[in-house]
Amino acid sequence: MGMTMSQKILAVHAGLETVRPGQLIEADLDLVLGNDVTTPVAVHEFRKTGLTRVFDRKKIAIVPDHFTPNKDIKAAEQCRMIREFAREMGIEHYFEVGAMGVEHCLIPEQGLAVPGDLIIGADSHTCTYGALGAFATGVGSTDMAAGMATGRAWFKAPSALKFILQNKPRPWVLGKDIILHIIGRIGVDGARYKSMEFAGDGLAHLSMDDRFTIANMAVEAGAKNGIFPVDEKTVAYVQEHATKPWRVYEPDPDAVYDEEYVIDLGALKPTVAFPHLPSNTRTIDEVGEIAIDQVVIGSCTNGRLSDLRTAAQILKGRKVKKGVRVLVFPGTQRIYLEALREGIIADLVEAGAVVSTPTCGPCLGGHMGILAKGERAVATTNRNFVGRMGHPGSEVYLASPAVAAASALTGKLTDPAKL
Amino acid sequence: MKAKGRVFRYQDNVDTDVIIPARYLNTFDPEELAAHCLEDLDPEFRQKVQPGDIIVAGKNFGCGSSREHAPLAIKAAGVSCVIASTFARIFYRNAVNIGLPILECPEAVQWTETGDELAVDFDRGEIVNLTKNKTFQAEPFPAFMKEIMAADGLINRVKAAHRGHAENSH
Repeated sequence: MGMTMSQKILAVHAGLETVRPGQLIEADLDLVLGNDVTTPVAVHEFRKTGLTRVFDRKKIAIVPDHFTPNKDIKAAEQCRMIREFAREMGIEHYFEVGAMGVEHCLIPEQGLAVPGDLIIGADSHTCTYGALGAFATGVGSTDMAAGMATGRAWFKAPSALKFILQNKPRPWVLGKDIILHIIGRIGVDGARYKSMEFAGDGLAHLSMDDRFTIANMAVEAGAKNGIFPVDEKTVAYVQEHATKPWRVYEPDPDAVYDEEYVIDLGALKPTVAFPHLPSNTRTIDEVGEIAIDQVVIGSCTNGRLSDLRTAAQILKGRKVKKGVRVLVFPGTQRIYLEALREGIIADLVEAGAVVSTPTCGPCLGGHMGILAKGERAVATTNRNFVGRMGHPGSEVYLASPAVAAASALTGKLTDPAKL
Repeated sequence: MKAKGRVFRYQDNVDTDVIIPARYLNTFDPEELAAHCLEDLDPEFRQKVQPGDIIVAGKNFGCGSSREHAPLAIKAAGVSCVIASTFARIFYRNAVNIGLPILECPEAVQWTETGDELAVDFDRGEIVNLTKNKTFQAEPFPAFMKEIMAADGLINRVKAAHRGHAENSH
Protein backbone atom coordinates (compact mmCIF):
# COMPACT_ATOMS: atom_id res chain seq x y z
CA MET A 1 0.00 0.00 0.00
CA GLY A 2 1.44 3.35 -1.06
CA MET A 3 1.90 6.31 1.24
CA THR A 4 0.61 9.87 1.16
CA MET A 5 2.99 12.86 1.36
CA SER A 6 2.24 13.22 5.05
CA GLN A 7 2.86 9.55 5.81
CA LYS A 8 6.18 9.63 3.93
CA ILE A 9 7.47 12.61 5.90
CA LEU A 10 6.44 10.98 9.18
CA ALA A 11 8.04 7.64 8.23
CA VAL A 12 11.38 9.23 7.34
CA HIS A 13 11.47 11.23 10.58
CA ALA A 14 10.63 8.10 12.58
CA GLY A 15 13.39 6.14 10.88
CA LEU A 16 10.87 3.75 9.35
CA GLU A 17 10.43 2.45 5.81
CA THR A 18 6.68 2.90 5.97
CA VAL A 19 3.90 3.95 8.31
CA ARG A 20 0.25 2.95 8.04
CA PRO A 21 -2.72 5.02 9.20
CA GLY A 22 -3.31 4.65 12.94
CA GLN A 23 0.26 3.55 13.67
CA LEU A 24 1.77 5.21 16.75
CA ILE A 25 5.27 6.49 16.13
CA GLU A 26 7.90 8.69 17.73
CA ALA A 27 9.66 11.01 15.30
CA ASP A 28 12.50 13.54 15.16
CA LEU A 29 11.47 17.18 14.87
CA ASP A 30 12.98 19.85 12.61
CA LEU A 31 11.35 22.75 14.46
CA VAL A 32 9.48 23.29 17.73
CA LEU A 33 7.47 26.52 17.90
CA GLY A 34 5.62 28.49 20.57
CA ASN A 35 4.06 31.91 21.20
CA ASP A 36 3.54 34.16 24.24
CA VAL A 37 0.33 32.36 25.30
CA THR A 38 1.53 28.77 24.98
CA THR A 39 5.26 29.06 25.72
CA PRO A 40 4.90 30.16 29.38
CA VAL A 41 3.05 26.91 30.12
CA ALA A 42 5.69 24.98 28.15
CA VAL A 43 8.52 26.65 30.09
CA HIS A 44 6.76 25.80 33.36
CA GLU A 45 6.57 22.14 32.25
CA PHE A 46 10.11 22.14 30.85
CA ARG A 47 11.46 23.28 34.23
CA LYS A 48 9.94 20.20 35.84
CA THR A 49 12.28 17.97 33.83
CA GLY A 50 15.30 19.46 35.59
CA LEU A 51 17.02 19.86 32.22
CA THR A 52 19.34 22.84 31.84
CA ARG A 53 19.45 22.88 28.06
CA VAL A 54 17.14 22.38 25.10
CA PHE A 55 17.74 19.64 22.54
CA ASP A 56 18.93 22.08 19.87
CA ARG A 57 18.91 25.84 20.30
CA LYS A 58 18.66 26.33 16.51
CA LYS A 59 15.53 24.21 16.14
CA ILE A 60 13.25 26.10 18.50
CA ALA A 61 11.37 29.27 17.58
CA ILE A 62 9.58 31.50 20.08
CA VAL A 63 7.40 34.32 18.78
CA PRO A 64 5.62 36.64 21.22
CA ASP A 65 2.76 37.70 18.93
CA HIS A 66 -0.59 37.18 20.65
CA PHE A 67 -0.72 39.83 23.38
CA THR A 68 2.17 41.93 22.09
CA PRO A 69 3.05 44.76 22.20
CA ASN A 70 2.21 43.79 25.80
CA LYS A 71 -1.47 44.47 26.35
CA ASP A 72 -1.38 44.49 30.16
CA ILE A 73 0.82 43.69 33.14
CA LYS A 74 0.06 39.97 33.17
CA ALA A 75 0.86 39.68 29.46
CA ALA A 76 4.08 41.62 30.06
CA GLU A 77 5.05 39.17 32.82
CA GLN A 78 4.40 36.20 30.52
CA CYS A 79 6.52 37.76 27.79
CA ARG A 80 9.32 38.47 30.25
CA MET A 81 9.27 34.83 31.36
CA ILE A 82 9.73 33.50 27.82
CA ARG A 83 12.29 36.19 26.92
CA GLU A 84 14.41 35.16 29.90
CA PHE A 85 14.01 31.48 29.05
CA ALA A 86 15.10 32.12 25.45
CA ARG A 87 18.14 34.04 26.66
CA GLU A 88 19.07 31.41 29.26
CA MET A 89 18.78 28.56 26.76
CA GLY A 90 20.48 30.50 23.95
CA ILE A 91 17.49 30.00 21.67
CA GLU A 92 18.52 31.46 18.35
CA HIS A 93 15.10 32.12 16.86
CA TYR A 94 13.48 34.28 19.52
CA PHE A 95 11.76 37.22 17.84
CA GLU A 96 11.34 40.33 19.95
CA VAL A 97 8.86 43.09 19.11
CA GLY A 98 10.55 44.93 16.25
CA ALA A 99 11.76 41.71 14.66
CA MET A 100 8.65 39.64 15.14
CA GLY A 101 5.46 39.12 13.24
CA VAL A 102 2.42 36.92 13.40
CA GLU A 103 4.19 33.58 13.83
CA HIS A 104 2.80 31.75 10.81
CA CYS A 105 3.62 34.66 8.51
CA LEU A 106 7.06 35.00 10.10
CA ILE A 107 8.36 31.41 10.22
CA PRO A 108 8.20 30.74 6.43
CA GLU A 109 9.50 34.25 5.71
CA GLN A 110 12.50 33.55 7.95
CA GLY A 111 13.18 30.29 6.10
CA LEU A 112 12.55 28.22 9.23
CA ALA A 113 10.00 25.96 7.53
CA VAL A 114 11.02 24.19 4.32
CA PRO A 115 9.71 21.28 2.23
CA GLY A 116 9.98 17.90 3.94
CA ASP A 117 10.26 19.32 7.47
CA LEU A 118 8.45 17.82 10.44
CA ILE A 119 7.29 20.70 12.64
CA ILE A 120 5.21 20.95 15.79
CA GLY A 121 4.00 24.24 17.14
CA ALA A 122 2.08 25.12 20.27
CA ASP A 123 -0.42 26.98 18.15
CA SER A 124 -3.19 25.32 16.21
CA HIS A 125 -2.41 27.19 12.98
CA THR A 126 1.05 25.65 12.74
CA CYS A 127 -0.49 23.62 9.90
CA THR A 128 0.15 26.71 7.71
CA TYR A 129 3.60 25.38 6.71
CA GLY A 130 2.00 22.54 4.80
CA ALA A 131 1.82 25.10 1.99
CA LEU A 132 5.56 24.49 1.59
CA GLY A 133 5.27 20.69 1.47
CA ALA A 134 6.19 20.25 5.14
CA PHE A 135 4.30 18.18 7.72
CA ALA A 136 3.36 20.75 10.34
CA THR A 137 0.80 20.36 13.09
CA GLY A 138 -0.47 22.17 16.14
CA VAL A 139 0.06 20.74 19.61
CA GLY A 140 -0.26 21.97 23.18
CA SER A 141 2.28 23.39 25.58
CA THR A 142 3.28 20.09 27.17
CA ASP A 143 4.11 18.65 23.75
CA MET A 144 6.14 21.79 23.08
CA ALA A 145 8.01 21.28 26.37
CA ALA A 146 8.72 17.62 25.61
CA GLY A 147 9.76 18.61 22.09
CA MET A 148 12.18 21.24 23.41
CA ALA A 149 13.62 18.67 25.81
CA THR A 150 13.97 15.70 23.47
CA GLY A 151 13.59 16.90 19.88
CA ARG A 152 10.98 14.21 19.45
CA ALA A 153 7.20 13.84 19.58
CA TRP A 154 4.70 11.00 19.36
CA PHE A 155 2.19 10.89 16.54
CA LYS A 156 -0.63 8.73 15.33
CA ALA A 157 0.01 8.45 11.60
CA PRO A 158 -3.04 9.98 9.88
CA SER A 159 -5.08 8.79 6.96
CA ALA A 160 -5.81 11.45 4.35
CA LEU A 161 -8.43 13.24 2.32
CA LYS A 162 -7.43 14.30 -1.18
CA PHE A 163 -8.66 17.57 -2.66
CA ILE A 164 -8.19 17.77 -6.41
CA LEU A 165 -8.37 21.44 -7.35
CA GLN A 166 -9.14 22.02 -11.03
CA ASN A 167 -9.20 25.04 -13.34
CA LYS A 168 -8.57 28.72 -12.71
CA PRO A 169 -10.45 30.72 -10.08
CA ARG A 170 -12.44 33.74 -11.28
CA PRO A 171 -11.38 37.29 -10.34
CA TRP A 172 -11.83 38.04 -6.63
CA VAL A 173 -11.87 34.34 -5.74
CA LEU A 174 -8.88 33.87 -3.46
CA GLY A 175 -7.32 31.14 -1.31
CA LYS A 176 -9.67 32.14 1.53
CA ASP A 177 -12.74 31.45 -0.60
CA ILE A 178 -11.38 28.04 -1.59
CA ILE A 179 -10.75 26.90 1.98
CA LEU A 180 -14.05 28.35 3.26
CA HIS A 181 -15.83 26.47 0.47
CA ILE A 182 -14.08 23.24 1.48
CA ILE A 183 -14.85 23.68 5.20
CA GLY A 184 -18.45 24.51 4.33
CA ARG A 185 -18.60 21.28 2.37
CA ILE A 186 -16.95 18.86 4.83
CA GLY A 187 -17.70 20.57 8.16
CA VAL A 188 -15.57 21.62 11.13
CA ASP A 189 -14.78 17.97 11.90
CA GLY A 190 -14.82 16.73 8.31
CA ALA A 191 -11.08 16.07 8.34
CA ARG A 192 -10.73 15.32 12.05
CA TYR A 193 -7.42 13.56 12.75
CA LYS A 194 -6.67 13.37 9.00
CA SER A 195 -4.34 15.01 6.52
CA MET A 196 -5.80 17.25 3.85
CA GLU A 197 -3.64 16.73 0.76
CA PHE A 198 -4.09 19.10 -2.15
CA ALA A 199 -3.50 18.21 -5.80
CA GLY A 200 -4.66 19.07 -9.31
CA ASP A 201 -3.98 21.46 -12.17
CA GLY A 202 -5.69 24.28 -10.27
CA LEU A 203 -2.69 24.55 -7.95
CA ALA A 204 -0.75 26.27 -10.71
CA HIS A 205 -3.12 29.24 -10.36
CA LEU A 206 -2.59 29.60 -6.61
CA SER A 207 0.11 31.91 -5.26
CA MET A 208 2.15 30.88 -2.25
CA ASP A 209 0.07 33.32 -0.20
CA ASP A 210 -3.13 31.58 -1.35
CA ARG A 211 -1.62 28.22 -0.34
CA PHE A 212 -0.59 29.53 3.10
CA THR A 213 -4.18 30.69 3.63
CA ILE A 214 -5.61 27.31 2.61
CA ALA A 215 -3.16 25.21 4.68
CA ASN A 216 -3.64 27.60 7.63
CA MET A 217 -7.34 26.77 7.93
CA ALA A 218 -6.97 22.98 7.59
CA VAL A 219 -7.35 22.88 11.38
CA GLU A 220 -10.77 24.53 11.03
CA ALA A 221 -11.90 21.32 9.33
CA GLY A 222 -10.38 19.39 12.25
CA ALA A 223 -7.37 18.24 10.21
CA LYS A 224 -4.05 17.23 11.68
CA ASN A 225 -2.29 18.91 8.76
CA GLY A 226 -2.84 20.29 5.30
CA ILE A 227 -0.16 19.79 2.67
CA PHE A 228 0.63 20.95 -0.87
CA PRO A 229 2.96 19.37 -3.40
CA VAL A 230 6.17 21.26 -4.13
CA ASP A 231 6.23 23.03 -7.51
CA GLU A 232 8.24 25.83 -9.09
CA LYS A 233 6.43 28.47 -6.98
CA THR A 234 7.38 26.63 -3.80
CA VAL A 235 10.97 26.30 -4.96
CA ALA A 236 11.17 29.99 -5.81
CA TYR A 237 9.77 30.88 -2.37
CA VAL A 238 12.19 28.60 -0.54
CA GLN A 239 15.17 29.82 -2.52
CA GLU A 240 14.26 33.41 -1.69
CA HIS A 241 13.79 32.80 2.05
CA ALA A 242 15.65 29.73 3.28
CA THR A 243 19.20 28.51 3.55
CA LYS A 244 18.63 25.23 5.38
CA PRO A 245 18.47 21.96 3.38
CA TRP A 246 15.09 20.74 2.18
CA ARG A 247 13.64 17.67 0.54
CA VAL A 248 10.66 17.07 -1.71
CA TYR A 249 8.22 14.26 -1.00
CA GLU A 250 5.54 13.16 -3.41
CA PRO A 251 2.63 10.86 -2.70
CA ASP A 252 2.96 7.32 -4.08
CA PRO A 253 0.82 6.73 -7.18
CA ASP A 254 -1.04 4.04 -5.21
CA ALA A 255 -1.41 6.13 -2.04
CA VAL A 256 -4.74 5.43 -0.35
CA TYR A 257 -7.15 8.24 0.57
CA ASP A 258 -10.28 7.98 2.71
CA GLU A 259 -12.10 10.28 0.27
CA GLU A 260 -11.33 12.29 -2.85
CA TYR A 261 -13.02 15.60 -3.56
CA VAL A 262 -12.87 17.26 -6.96
CA ILE A 263 -13.28 21.03 -6.77
CA ASP A 264 -13.77 23.21 -9.85
CA LEU A 265 -12.08 26.45 -8.80
CA GLY A 266 -13.67 28.18 -11.80
CA ALA A 267 -17.12 27.60 -10.32
CA LEU A 268 -16.36 29.08 -6.89
CA LYS A 269 -17.64 32.46 -5.72
CA PRO A 270 -16.39 34.70 -2.92
CA THR A 271 -17.49 32.94 0.26
CA VAL A 272 -18.31 34.13 3.78
CA ALA A 273 -18.53 32.06 6.98
CA PHE A 274 -21.40 33.30 9.17
CA PRO A 275 -21.38 33.08 12.97
CA HIS A 276 -20.53 30.92 14.84
CA LEU A 277 -18.69 28.23 12.90
CA PRO A 278 -16.20 28.42 9.99
CA SER A 279 -18.35 25.79 8.24
CA ASN A 280 -21.45 28.02 8.26
CA THR A 281 -20.69 29.34 4.79
CA ARG A 282 -22.66 31.22 2.16
CA THR A 283 -21.56 32.53 -1.21
CA ILE A 284 -21.47 36.30 -1.49
CA ASP A 285 -24.63 36.41 -3.63
CA GLU A 286 -26.55 34.72 -0.80
CA VAL A 287 -25.45 36.80 2.19
CA GLY A 288 -28.31 39.29 2.22
CA GLU A 289 -28.02 42.63 4.05
CA ILE A 290 -25.51 42.28 6.86
CA ALA A 291 -24.46 45.64 8.29
CA ILE A 292 -21.04 45.69 9.95
CA ASP A 293 -19.27 47.81 12.56
CA GLN A 294 -15.68 46.70 12.09
CA VAL A 295 -13.38 45.25 9.43
CA VAL A 296 -10.20 43.36 10.36
CA ILE A 297 -7.63 42.65 7.64
CA GLY A 298 -4.64 40.62 8.79
CA SER A 299 -3.82 37.50 10.89
CA CYS A 300 -1.88 34.32 10.15
CA THR A 301 -4.60 33.51 7.62
CA ASN A 302 -4.55 36.72 5.55
CA GLY A 303 -1.88 39.14 6.76
CA ARG A 304 0.55 38.65 3.89
CA LEU A 305 1.67 41.15 1.26
CA SER A 306 -0.72 39.98 -1.46
CA ASP A 307 -3.60 40.25 1.05
CA LEU A 308 -2.71 43.87 1.76
CA ARG A 309 -2.29 44.51 -1.97
CA THR A 310 -5.77 43.16 -2.61
CA ALA A 311 -7.25 45.37 0.11
CA ALA A 312 -5.40 48.45 -1.20
CA GLN A 313 -6.48 47.72 -4.76
CA ILE A 314 -10.10 48.04 -3.61
CA LEU A 315 -9.69 50.87 -1.10
CA LYS A 316 -7.30 53.10 -3.07
CA GLY A 317 -8.85 56.45 -3.91
CA ARG A 318 -12.03 55.63 -2.01
CA LYS A 319 -13.24 56.22 1.54
CA VAL A 320 -14.39 53.65 4.06
CA LYS A 321 -18.03 53.98 5.06
CA LYS A 322 -18.48 56.54 7.82
CA GLY A 323 -18.85 54.80 11.17
CA VAL A 324 -17.05 51.60 10.11
CA ARG A 325 -13.76 50.89 11.87
CA VAL A 326 -11.19 49.34 9.52
CA LEU A 327 -8.13 47.77 11.18
CA VAL A 328 -5.21 46.44 9.14
CA PHE A 329 -2.47 44.23 10.60
CA PRO A 330 0.53 43.48 8.37
CA GLY A 331 1.74 39.96 9.23
CA THR A 332 5.40 40.79 9.79
CA GLN A 333 7.78 43.72 9.95
CA ARG A 334 9.06 42.83 6.48
CA ILE A 335 5.54 42.73 5.04
CA TYR A 336 4.84 46.08 6.72
CA LEU A 337 7.99 47.59 5.21
CA GLU A 338 7.28 46.25 1.72
CA ALA A 339 3.70 47.54 1.97
CA LEU A 340 5.08 50.94 2.93
CA ARG A 341 7.49 50.96 -0.01
CA GLU A 342 4.77 49.93 -2.46
CA GLY A 343 2.51 52.74 -1.24
CA ILE A 344 -0.09 50.26 0.06
CA ILE A 345 -0.02 51.67 3.58
CA ALA A 346 -0.62 55.21 2.28
CA ASP A 347 -3.55 53.98 0.20
CA LEU A 348 -5.08 52.24 3.20
CA VAL A 349 -4.62 55.18 5.58
CA GLU A 350 -5.94 57.67 3.02
CA ALA A 351 -9.04 55.52 2.66
CA GLY A 352 -9.63 55.75 6.42
CA ALA A 353 -8.16 52.48 7.70
CA VAL A 354 -5.81 52.27 10.65
CA VAL A 355 -2.64 50.22 10.32
CA SER A 356 -1.18 48.47 13.35
CA THR A 357 2.09 46.81 14.20
CA PRO A 358 1.93 43.02 13.61
CA THR A 359 -0.05 41.21 16.31
CA CYS A 360 -2.64 38.45 16.62
CA GLY A 361 -4.57 40.91 18.85
CA PRO A 362 -8.17 41.10 17.62
CA CYS A 363 -8.31 37.68 15.90
CA LEU A 364 -8.62 35.95 19.26
CA GLY A 365 -10.28 38.79 21.12
CA GLY A 366 -7.01 39.59 22.88
CA HIS A 367 -6.64 43.33 22.30
CA MET A 368 -6.51 45.98 19.54
CA GLY A 369 -10.05 45.78 18.23
CA ILE A 370 -12.39 44.04 20.68
CA LEU A 371 -16.10 43.97 19.80
CA ALA A 372 -18.89 45.19 22.09
CA LYS A 373 -22.15 43.33 22.64
CA GLY A 374 -24.19 43.15 19.45
CA GLU A 375 -21.38 44.41 17.19
CA ARG A 376 -20.48 42.70 13.94
CA ALA A 377 -17.12 42.38 12.22
CA VAL A 378 -16.09 41.04 8.87
CA ALA A 379 -12.61 39.63 9.35
CA THR A 380 -9.98 37.91 7.24
CA THR A 381 -9.16 35.81 10.29
CA ASN A 382 -9.88 32.12 10.85
CA ARG A 383 -12.46 31.61 13.62
CA ASN A 384 -15.89 33.02 14.32
CA PHE A 385 -16.77 31.10 17.49
CA VAL A 386 -18.94 32.71 20.19
CA GLY A 387 -16.94 35.51 21.82
CA ARG A 388 -13.94 35.01 19.54
CA MET A 389 -13.34 38.74 18.94
CA GLY A 390 -14.85 40.09 22.12
CA HIS A 391 -18.26 40.06 23.79
CA PRO A 392 -20.07 36.70 23.58
CA GLY A 393 -22.94 38.64 22.02
CA SER A 394 -20.80 39.92 19.12
CA GLU A 395 -20.49 38.34 15.68
CA VAL A 396 -17.62 37.60 13.31
CA TYR A 397 -18.03 36.95 9.58
CA LEU A 398 -14.99 35.33 7.98
CA ALA A 399 -14.07 36.44 4.47
CA SER A 400 -11.23 37.17 2.04
CA PRO A 401 -9.34 40.48 2.02
CA ALA A 402 -11.29 41.43 -1.13
CA VAL A 403 -14.70 40.93 0.50
CA ALA A 404 -13.48 42.60 3.70
CA ALA A 405 -12.21 45.67 1.84
CA ALA A 406 -15.35 45.92 -0.30
CA SER A 407 -17.48 45.67 2.84
CA ALA A 408 -15.41 48.45 4.44
CA LEU A 409 -16.58 50.80 1.69
CA THR A 410 -20.28 49.99 1.96
CA GLY A 411 -20.68 49.13 5.66
CA LYS A 412 -22.26 45.79 4.81
CA LEU A 413 -21.12 42.45 3.42
CA THR A 414 -20.31 43.23 -0.21
CA ASP A 415 -19.20 41.43 -3.36
CA PRO A 416 -16.02 43.15 -4.61
CA ALA A 417 -17.20 42.57 -8.18
CA LYS A 418 -20.29 44.73 -7.51
CA LEU A 419 -18.43 47.89 -6.49
CA MET B 1 -8.92 4.60 38.30
CA LYS B 2 -12.55 5.63 38.76
CA ALA B 3 -14.78 8.71 38.76
CA LYS B 4 -18.29 9.49 39.91
CA GLY B 5 -20.24 12.70 39.50
CA ARG B 6 -23.16 14.70 38.17
CA VAL B 7 -23.38 15.56 34.50
CA PHE B 8 -23.17 18.88 32.69
CA ARG B 9 -24.40 18.08 29.18
CA TYR B 10 -23.39 20.22 26.18
CA GLN B 11 -23.82 20.07 22.40
CA ASP B 12 -21.48 19.48 19.42
CA ASN B 13 -18.37 21.56 18.64
CA VAL B 14 -17.71 23.01 22.10
CA ASP B 15 -14.66 25.09 21.15
CA THR B 16 -11.68 26.13 23.25
CA ASP B 17 -12.71 29.80 23.00
CA VAL B 18 -15.83 29.08 25.06
CA ILE B 19 -14.01 26.65 27.37
CA ILE B 20 -11.59 29.43 28.31
CA PRO B 21 -11.90 32.75 26.43
CA ALA B 22 -8.64 34.25 25.16
CA ARG B 23 -9.18 37.38 27.27
CA TYR B 24 -8.11 35.27 30.26
CA LEU B 25 -5.02 33.75 28.64
CA ASN B 26 -2.68 36.34 30.12
CA THR B 27 -2.18 33.85 32.95
CA PHE B 28 -1.82 30.08 33.23
CA ASP B 29 -2.66 29.85 36.91
CA PRO B 30 -5.12 26.92 37.02
CA GLU B 31 -7.34 28.50 39.70
CA GLU B 32 -7.69 31.75 37.74
CA LEU B 33 -8.47 29.81 34.57
CA ALA B 34 -11.01 27.66 36.42
CA ALA B 35 -12.81 30.80 37.59
CA HIS B 36 -13.75 31.51 33.93
CA CYS B 37 -14.21 27.94 32.69
CA LEU B 38 -17.07 27.67 30.14
CA GLU B 39 -18.08 31.25 30.96
CA ASP B 40 -19.25 32.12 27.42
CA LEU B 41 -21.18 28.86 26.98
CA ASP B 42 -22.76 28.32 30.40
CA PRO B 43 -22.32 31.29 32.76
CA GLU B 44 -23.75 29.26 35.65
CA PHE B 45 -21.28 26.39 35.31
CA ARG B 46 -18.78 27.85 37.76
CA GLN B 47 -21.37 28.35 40.51
CA LYS B 48 -22.88 24.90 40.06
CA VAL B 49 -19.90 22.60 39.47
CA GLN B 50 -18.88 20.29 42.33
CA PRO B 51 -15.64 18.32 42.63
CA GLY B 52 -15.97 15.09 40.65
CA ASP B 53 -18.64 16.35 38.24
CA ILE B 54 -18.50 15.16 34.65
CA ILE B 55 -18.83 17.05 31.35
CA VAL B 56 -20.69 15.15 28.62
CA ALA B 57 -20.82 16.64 25.13
CA GLY B 58 -21.45 15.83 21.48
CA LYS B 59 -18.91 15.57 18.69
CA ASN B 60 -15.66 17.48 18.14
CA PHE B 61 -15.29 18.64 21.77
CA GLY B 62 -12.39 21.08 22.21
CA CYS B 63 -12.13 22.20 18.58
CA GLY B 64 -10.20 25.34 17.75
CA SER B 65 -7.13 26.69 19.46
CA SER B 66 -4.28 24.58 20.84
CA ARG B 67 -4.45 26.32 24.24
CA GLU B 68 -3.63 23.79 26.95
CA HIS B 69 -5.36 26.26 29.24
CA ALA B 70 -8.64 24.62 28.14
CA PRO B 71 -8.13 21.19 29.74
CA LEU B 72 -6.24 22.90 32.60
CA ALA B 73 -9.30 25.07 33.32
CA ILE B 74 -11.66 22.08 33.24
CA LYS B 75 -9.41 20.02 35.50
CA ALA B 76 -8.91 22.86 37.98
CA ALA B 77 -12.68 23.46 38.08
CA GLY B 78 -12.89 20.02 39.70
CA VAL B 79 -14.24 18.09 36.71
CA SER B 80 -13.20 14.44 37.00
CA CYS B 81 -13.75 13.41 33.41
CA VAL B 82 -14.99 14.58 30.00
CA ILE B 83 -17.04 12.18 27.89
CA ALA B 84 -17.82 13.15 24.29
CA SER B 85 -18.96 11.52 21.07
CA THR B 86 -15.62 12.62 19.58
CA PHE B 87 -12.81 15.01 20.53
CA ALA B 88 -10.83 17.48 18.43
CA ARG B 89 -7.32 16.07 18.18
CA ILE B 90 -5.24 18.81 19.85
CA PHE B 91 -7.61 18.92 22.84
CA TYR B 92 -7.42 15.13 23.12
CA ARG B 93 -3.63 15.23 23.13
CA ASN B 94 -3.51 18.08 25.63
CA ALA B 95 -5.96 16.39 28.00
CA VAL B 96 -3.87 13.22 28.02
CA ASN B 97 -0.67 15.19 28.46
CA ILE B 98 -1.93 17.06 31.53
CA GLY B 99 -3.73 14.06 32.99
CA LEU B 100 -7.40 14.99 32.46
CA PRO B 101 -9.26 11.71 31.85
CA ILE B 102 -11.38 11.73 28.69
CA LEU B 103 -13.44 9.04 26.99
CA GLU B 104 -15.14 8.81 23.60
CA CYS B 105 -18.54 7.14 23.81
CA PRO B 106 -21.34 8.32 21.46
CA GLU B 107 -23.88 5.94 23.03
CA ALA B 108 -23.32 7.28 26.55
CA VAL B 109 -23.64 10.82 25.21
CA GLN B 110 -26.91 10.01 23.48
CA TRP B 111 -28.49 8.66 26.66
CA THR B 112 -27.19 11.21 29.16
CA GLU B 113 -28.77 14.49 30.32
CA THR B 114 -27.69 17.31 32.58
CA GLY B 115 -28.09 16.26 36.22
CA ASP B 116 -27.68 12.50 35.62
CA GLU B 117 -25.18 10.74 37.86
CA LEU B 118 -22.41 8.73 36.17
CA ALA B 119 -19.84 6.25 37.46
CA VAL B 120 -16.79 5.71 35.23
CA ASP B 121 -14.20 2.93 35.37
CA PHE B 122 -11.30 4.05 33.18
CA ASP B 123 -9.36 0.78 33.30
CA ARG B 124 -12.36 -1.08 31.88
CA GLY B 125 -13.73 1.81 29.80
CA GLU B 126 -17.09 1.33 31.50
CA ILE B 127 -19.58 4.18 31.93
CA VAL B 128 -22.66 3.59 34.14
CA ASN B 129 -25.53 6.08 34.11
CA LEU B 130 -26.79 5.53 37.67
CA THR B 131 -29.82 7.78 37.14
CA LYS B 132 -31.03 5.92 34.05
CA ASN B 133 -29.60 2.57 35.09
CA LYS B 134 -27.76 2.04 31.80
CA THR B 135 -24.22 0.82 31.14
CA PHE B 136 -22.04 1.85 28.21
CA GLN B 137 -18.71 0.59 26.94
CA ALA B 138 -15.96 2.98 25.81
CA GLU B 139 -12.44 2.07 24.67
CA PRO B 140 -10.22 1.84 27.73
CA PHE B 141 -6.97 3.83 27.50
CA PRO B 142 -4.33 1.93 25.50
CA ALA B 143 -1.17 0.90 27.38
CA PHE B 144 0.73 3.76 25.77
CA MET B 145 -1.55 6.38 27.33
CA LYS B 146 -1.90 4.56 30.63
CA GLU B 147 1.87 4.94 30.88
CA ILE B 148 1.59 8.71 30.47
CA MET B 149 -1.29 8.82 32.99
CA ALA B 150 0.64 6.62 35.45
CA ALA B 151 3.60 8.99 35.23
CA ASP B 152 1.10 11.80 35.97
CA GLY B 153 1.54 13.43 32.60
CA LEU B 154 3.93 13.47 29.67
CA ILE B 155 6.57 15.64 31.33
CA ASN B 156 7.17 13.24 34.17
CA ARG B 157 7.59 10.47 31.61
CA VAL B 158 10.21 12.59 29.81
CA LYS B 159 11.89 13.26 33.18
CA ALA B 160 12.01 9.56 33.99
CA ALA B 161 13.38 8.71 30.53
CA HIS B 162 16.02 11.44 30.83
CA ARG B 163 17.12 10.08 34.21
CA GLY B 164 17.32 6.54 32.80
CA HIS B 165 19.28 7.76 29.78
CA ALA B 166 21.75 9.65 31.98
CA GLU B 167 22.32 6.61 34.19
CA ASN B 168 22.72 4.18 31.32
CA SER B 169 24.86 6.01 28.83
CA HIS B 170 26.95 8.56 30.67
